[in-house]
Amino acid sequence: MISTALIQAAEYEDANPLFPNPWEALVAGLGFLVLLFIVYKWIYPAFEQAYENRVEAIEGGINQAEEAKAEAAALKAQYEKQLADSRAEASALREEARAEAAQIVAEAQEKAASESARIREQAHAQIEADRAAAAVSLRADVGTLATQLASKVVGEALDDDARSQRVVDRFLADLDAEQVQGAAQ
Amino acid sequence: MRGPALSSLALSAAEEGGFQPPTISETHLPEIFPWMEPWGEGFGKNMLMVILAVVLIAFLFMWAIRKQALVPSRAQFLAESGYGFARNTLGRDILGEKHFKPWVPLLFTVFFFVLFNNIFGAIPFLQMPTFSHAGPAYAMAAIIWITWVVLGFRLHSVKFVRLMTVPSGVPKWILPLLVPIEFISNFLIRPMTHSLRLMAVMLAGHIIVMLAGSGAEFLITQQEGIANTGLGIVVLLGSIPLYFLELLMMVLQAFIFALLTAIYIQSSIEADAH
Repeated sequence: MISTALIQAAEYEDANPLFPNPWEALVAGLGFLVLLFIVYKWIYPAFEQAYENRVEAIEGGINQAEEAKAEAAALKAQYEKQLADSRAEASALREEARAEAAQIVAEAQEKAASESARIREQAHAQIEADRAAAAVSLRADVGTLATQLASKVVGEALDDDARSQRVVDRFLADLDAEQVQGAAQ
Repeated sequence: MRGPALSSLALSAAEEGGFQPPTISETHLPEIFPWMEPWGEGFGKNMLMVILAVVLIAFLFMWAIRKQALVPSRAQFLAESGYGFARNTLGRDILGEKHFKPWVPLLFTVFFFVLFNNIFGAIPFLQMPTFSHAGPAYAMAAIIWITWVVLGFRLHSVKFVRLMTVPSGVPKWILPLLVPIEFISNFLIRPMTHSLRLMAVMLAGHIIVMLAGSGAEFLITQQEGIANTGLGIVVLLGSIPLYFLELLMMVLQAFIFALLTAIYIQSSIEADAH
């Protein structure tokens, strides 16, 4: 028992914890370097890549939202402009139509007026012509009829054309004069 | 220094067939494949755990990020949180927005390599933090020390030594005293403290766990009397908060080790700034 304790004490002196086992040091150092290589080659890039991807996704999402917003604003502006344009166009068209309508009405009125004037003119001319024709025909017929009537009344033939003509003319001239006087009065 | 006192204690206890505390030698388990025996050591548990850590970290992180999903799964989220911690807290916050990118792999690897190897100490059956052995801790500190020095010389050439040893704004007469202190502190003591801090905390935690375990076992199974059994149970219960304290220490030490790595690299990058 004593000897074991002594041996243990001796071993205690031997196993100085500060004295390294070189092989353990070598294995630990190599292990660390191998791990460092693995980390450098695969783990570090993978984690950084994942981090990058996430940053990109988040920032990309924000950018996309902003882009969509800008696009919507542009579209809205475009639509508003189109709407204003079409409104202006409609009002211009309305204005034009109104002007056109007024022009058409004016033209129609003018045309109608000129037509009616023409018709009136024509009618006047016709009437005048008819009156003149009637007057001529009457003048001839009234002479004849009056002569015949007179001859029948007088009972003698008043065939002497020259004389009867003179009588008729005188009579008619008197008649005309009377008429003029009547009209003057 | 504890040797004689402990041996006399063990001596008196051994006479009564008493408790023999576990020794540091017991933290070195027998080799699994003793094929390197002629050159000193075989293939031990410690080495196996280093390889396990490398495989686990590489596999877990590559598996978690395999899809690079925009909406991460739970595993990917967890892995990204861990990666983000190394990248942002250790990298960006200390090295600055301008310089941190190329150092992310190193800081990530340092943090998770140390963290996994520490956590092994809290996992049943593995139950040994790799860095409770001095060798791996020295190796890690050496790699980081070399990185720090090489980087310093590449960025500032020979001026780097002056930048690291001559503090600015100090009266001239004090420099002969200060320069050797600064040189020893920065170039010699720094890697020692860097590694020993980790190793000592892990070893202490490991020994405490072993001590509590073997002590409780001894009190319960080897000793007579209800009082001793009760004491053993109390020790066992007491070891539970100790376990969680150890867990905290494991994470904290991994963080401190990686944080110091970042701070050393930062001191190289911006050596001329202060």
